[in-house]
Amino acid sequence: MRFTLIVELEDKPGQLLKVIEPISRIGGNVISIVHDRHKVSPLKRVPVEFVVDIDTEKVESLLSRIKESGVHIRSINEVRMLYTESFLLIGHIIHTDLSDTVNRIDETGFAEVVEIHITMPKVNEPSTAIITISARGKDELGRARKILREICEKKDILVIEPLNEESA
Amino acid sequence: MIKIAMVGFGTVGRGFARALAENREIIEKKIGKYRVTAICDSKSSITGDFRIDEAFKHKSERGRLPESRSAEEIIEEGNFDVLIETTPTDVFSGEPGLSYIKRTLKSGRDVITSNKGPLVVAYRDLMRLAERHGARIGFEATVGGAMPVIKMIRDELAGNRIKRLRGILNGTTNYILSRMEKEKAPYPQILSEAQELGIAEADPGYDVEGIDAGAKLVILANSVFGRNVRFQDVEIRGITRITPEAFEIAVEKGYTIRLIAEADENGKLEVSPRLVKLTNPLAIYGTLNAVLIETDLAGEVFVIGRGAGEKETASALISDLVDFYGNGSFG
Repeated sequence: MRFTLIVELEDKPGQLLKVIEPISRIGGNVISIVHDRHKVSPLKRVPVEFVVDIDTEKVESLLSRIKESGVHIRSINEVRMLYTESFLLIGHIIHTDLSDTVNRIDETGFAEVVEIHITMPKVNEPSTAIITISARGKDELGRARKILREICEKKDILVIEPLNEESA
Repeated sequence: MIKIAMVGFGTVGRGFARALAENREIIEKKIGKYRVTAICDSKSSITGDFRIDEAFKHKSERGRLPESRSAEEIIEEGNFDVLIETTPTDVFSGEPGLSYIKRTLKSGRDVITSNKGPLVVAYRDLMRLAERHGARIGFEATVGGAMPVIKMIRDELAGNRIKRLRGILNGTTNYILSRMEKEKAPYPQILSEAQELGIAEADPGYDVEGIDAGAKLVILANSVFGRNVRFQDVEIRGITRITPEAFEIAVEKGYTIRLIAEADENGKLEVSPRLVKLTNPLAIYGTLNAVLIETDLAGEVFVIGRGAGEKETASALISDLVDFYGNGSFG
């Protein structure tokens, strides 16, 4: 799993190692470290934010090792779905079983529908919805997009995809 | 003296002839003296020693040109250096323009065209034919009207690897979508408004189903990415199903909807309505065209301009003429 860990470190040399060493020894992967000197705590400690990838069952032992070295853990949050994209759907969204459309994204385990907003101007006329999908990673989001496309093609729903602004 | 023959004397052909007459001084500074030696349309022609305004006079007074020689005859006779081909577009057969262009290139003469059909159907064949016979084919006018794209990428961005092209290549659909965004009105209502204004054709399918944009994308993909794709290879979705509610929801989220043509170096070839951030340069309004070119050295280059119209297309045709016959001195 991937999580963010915010710790408070004393402002002296060697403190970062107290966190990094146990992560590395236990086989975790540090994704990013943000060291924010402008937000020093009243006890003159510097908050540092780590994003860490590690096997779920190893999280508890990692946290106790960090605590043992005297580091104060301010918070820990699991980051589940990192990549998000919104799509517009136009067609008979309800009549073609909306919950089935949502389930097929959710049942992948790597992506889920996090928001839907539907407008239905008139009965029997096509409705319009915006659907937001979050996924664990970029590739997973791509796979979810492909699934959505396939489902909607079968159900004759027009999918309007966003113009991704990341450079090619 | 450059001798020019014109096949096609509709809106585009007449716009070109008018520009040749009106901007003669500017153009002759670039390419030297020129003369139109033949003009023909589907029914009639004018050849020999004539002035451009005589052709206009015949056309407006009698609805036709004075002679009845066919395009084939004019091309066969070969009393010209360059053929300006502006016949109607057929993206499936490429005809009649395709035959005219092939015959001209085979005779070693240059061709400048505004007609997408022949290039969509036979891009590689035409390039090979031109090369084999020492002739040139200019087609800047086929994509984006007056907006420079083809030569811009070939010349100004020469030496760059082109990674991706995204553009709005059809002014009619862009007009309809930008009006739907502003008015929150249904598609059929805005379509008839566009038809009344002459922005959309009586039979709008060619534009609104994405066919026109798809044809232009084929030309771009073949010329920019060196591919050999055809119209059937483009994944196309049009704009006819888009609801006014779609714009309401999109705008709430900071997006609008535009018909985007996209091709990249990995083979993507798609024309479809897309959610475009309101802050993206491609969120343009009215009948404009635009292309966002992504390159390895120059980064992003954005071109915007008028995609259609008599004068605008004439501008692109003349830019090819100057490209072929200009002496390279810009002053």
